[in-house]
Amino acid sequence: MDAAGGGLEPAALTMHIVIIGNGIAGVTAARHIRKLSDHRITMISDETMQPFSRTALMYVFMGQLKQESTHLYEEWFWDKNRIGRVCARVREVQPASRLVLLDNGAAVSYDRLIVATGSIPAKSGVPGEGLPGVQHLYHLNDLDTLEHYVKSTRHAVVVGGGLTGIELVEMLLSRNIRVTFLVRETGFMSKQITPEESSMVARIIREHGADLRLNTALKEIKGENRVASVVTTDDDEIPCELAGITIGVSPAVGFLAGTGIETDRGILVDENLATSVAGIYAAGDCAELRAPAPARRAVEPLWYTARAMGEVAARNVCGGAVPYIQGIWYNSARFFDTEYQIYGYVPAITPDDMRSLYWEHRSGRKSVRINYETATGVVAGIQTMGIRYRQQVCEQWIGERAHITNVLAGLQRANFDPEFSRRYEAEIAASFQHQTAEKP
Amino acid sequence: MNTHPDESLSLAQAPPYGMGPLQKAALACCSLAVLSLLLSLNTHPALQITLVVLATLAGLTAGALWYKRSVAGWLTGVFISGFYISLYWYPAPLSGLIGLLDPLSYLMRGRPSDQWFLYGFSYTALVLVMGVRFMYRYRGNAYQQWRTISVMFFQLVFSFMIPAWMMAMNQPEYYFTYFWPLKYEYLFPDNMEWLTGSYAHTGVLLVFWGAIMSFIAVPLLTWYFGKRWYCSWVCGCGALAETAGDPYRSLSDKSLKAWKLERWMIHSVLIFIVLVTLLLWLNSWKQGGILGHYSLLFSKTYSFVIGSLFSGVIGTGFYPILGSRVWCRFGCPQAAIMGIIQRRWSRFRITTNGGQCISCGNCSEYCEMGIDVKSYAQRGEDIVRASCVGCGVCSAVCPRGVLKLENGTVKL
Repeated sequence: MDAAGGGLEPAALTMHIVIIGNGIAGVTAARHIRKLSDHRITMISDETMQPFSRTALMYVFMGQLKQESTHLYEEWFWDKNRIGRVCARVREVQPASRLVLLDNGAAVSYDRLIVATGSIPAKSGVPGEGLPGVQHLYHLNDLDTLEHYVKSTRHAVVVGGGLTGIELVEMLLSRNIRVTFLVRETGFMSKQITPEESSMVARIIREHGADLRLNTALKEIKGENRVASVVTTDDDEIPCELAGITIGVSPAVGFLAGTGIETDRGILVDENLATSVAGIYAAGDCAELRAPAPARRAVEPLWYTARAMGEVAARNVCGGAVPYIQGIWYNSARFFDTEYQIYGYVPAITPDDMRSLYWEHRSGRKSVRINYETATGVVAGIQTMGIRYRQQVCEQWIGERAHITNVLAGLQRANFDPEFSRRYEAEIAASFQHQTAEKP
Repeated sequence: MNTHPDESLSLAQAPPYGMGPLQKAALACCSLAVLSLLLSLNTHPALQITLVVLATLAGLTAGALWYKRSVAGWLTGVFISGFYISLYWYPAPLSGLIGLLDPLSYLMRGRPSDQWFLYGFSYTALVLVMGVRFMYRYRGNAYQQWRTISVMFFQLVFSFMIPAWMMAMNQPEYYFTYFWPLKYEYLFPDNMEWLTGSYAHTGVLLVFWGAIMSFIAVPLLTWYFGKRWYCSWVCGCGALAETAGDPYRSLSDKSLKAWKLERWMIHSVLIFIVLVTLLLWLNSWKQGGILGHYSLLFSKTYSFVIGSLFSGVIGTGFYPILGSRVWCRFGCPQAAIMGIIQRRWSRFRITTNGGQCISCGNCSEYCEMGIDVKSYAQRGEDIVRASCVGCGVCSAVCPRGVLKLENGTVKL
């Protein structure tokens, strides 16, 4: 393990812990280090001094929030918790001398280092990607450029059918811009979510006025000094003033090249989130697990996982040996006005040894899906659209391997919709009982 | 009852609050109304009523949140405060408007209209009109629908119709939904003497009602439901804040400083009114032996500074500057008492759904009581705060459905 750093003395009473990145992973790490210790903490980011919620960028653009409302903590929080903040770009990490070199010429020495640099938007690699008017949605600055370019945009093309893509579509539509939405797959997020929900989302996108084109990818972006049109793989040329590229993210690890810190797609970490260099840890989107749990990915660029990793990294930096356990999977999203929740195992294609019960409200805007093992009746996953379920209850069922009969009987307990909302549990349970009675 | 199954529970889909042509027109109407009221205090009532209607329309179309203390905000603030001051102490310029309500006042109360009838009428009209706007805005959320119907009902029936009808019946003008210490005089000795003395059985009944509500019903209901049963379902101050005040809800100060100030202020007002009441009772018991007429001075001071200036002029006039619940948050002694109960013993809380918060900040932005809801939600903690009036808007605007208002079965 001791690759570049030479020997590493045991955790001193007070160390200097440097965190690169102030996203949710970095901030959570800083917060937990302070909870656990008196170590000196320095958090470095080139994006902003005020850590903010990246997921809230869209609400700022849509005018629902002020940018400062998205700050994770009030300004006094950082002083009170003695979390130092530096706004600069890290040019280089020197593990041998335990230095972090900044682009402003400063060198910061550290005893322990947590890399939590997050992601960068993936590049499409098509001609014209560098043109003004080609837009990503990740960085705080992206909001400024978007704000600048939408003023002269009447038609936009968004490429990439993921969560960020649909957010960008919603943002552009809120400014009365016509949007063409190119999705490479046969259905919206059809590699991640089950067919019925996928088509529900596609319907929602179209009902909100976007021109959703499935089975269509990007071939080229044309223009002189500004995006003028987008050419699809069908050789269809769509005139537009803005091209949003939201085809995923990749770990932001380029600056670590040559440091001896082992990377693959992301920074390779063991179960304690330690990198190949002693004293250096990684958390969040930029980390790649050497041994991911079954059915889980090695890189999970997600708010919730980043937060959980931040906490684990903090505990290990402070002398613990806490493994990062990819617990029961959960995620949430919102597709325009319809909320989405997933707990446990609900893959896009239901495996042969599983049954998938599906109920959809006649409005076509609410659904509940429960997956269970056909042989044992053990519930493996729950997925809802337009209905809120209680995380604690769902995780308890899945964690305790509850039987489908018990889950159906207790469905009411899982509901998390606001008081007075219409309840569908009886209808759902009846529909499911009917389905389970049928032979698979 | 979800009236629109196709509507999301979430509000984050609301239109952006950049100034659209509609809003600009609306603001222009507002300013016009201010201007004309300033310039033409004694003009024809028809003109005044037209302007009031225009201002109402302006309010209705202001779909956006006023999240900056803008010039328009200050103008509106001056306008409302001016209206209040004029109404309370200088009603003469409003005589035109007051006179216009004569037919209705005769119908309801059997006597000519006065400034208080104008007050009650415009207050109720605002609650009803802006209540409809609120219901439309939060149309996907059943809790908001029922809650708004409730405040509109209590304002119209219990704070406007019944008191008027009682006057028509030669009974005291009594408000069944206001209790000591918010309606402080209801437990003042001279008021109670007057009620029981002048109205015999009815008077005794009303005094009894007031005492039961203040000392038994309010604590019990607050223990069971949290203070929301009153603040955002029944109370008239709450009714106005939730309806007419909705566009200003995000102006409330969310800082820790404001929270500290809030606790000092609201509890000071509570102590003030408790002392004034005790003093009046001691004085009445000793037949003026303690402080003599000075105790009257205390109650008069409270009535002017807190009862009129704070709860009326500042509480409502400053909506566009300090947010819609200034009085409820910093001043209301009733809210203070219920807040203590809510914080310590109530079953009510806002549940955070596990670790699902994405720290976006919508909940805090929309909290009219200045609670930094996000600071709890992002740590997965339930929210139990003395000031929470349970309006449920944090839950309605959360893009991930993380928050739920609940009466727990287990004490936290």
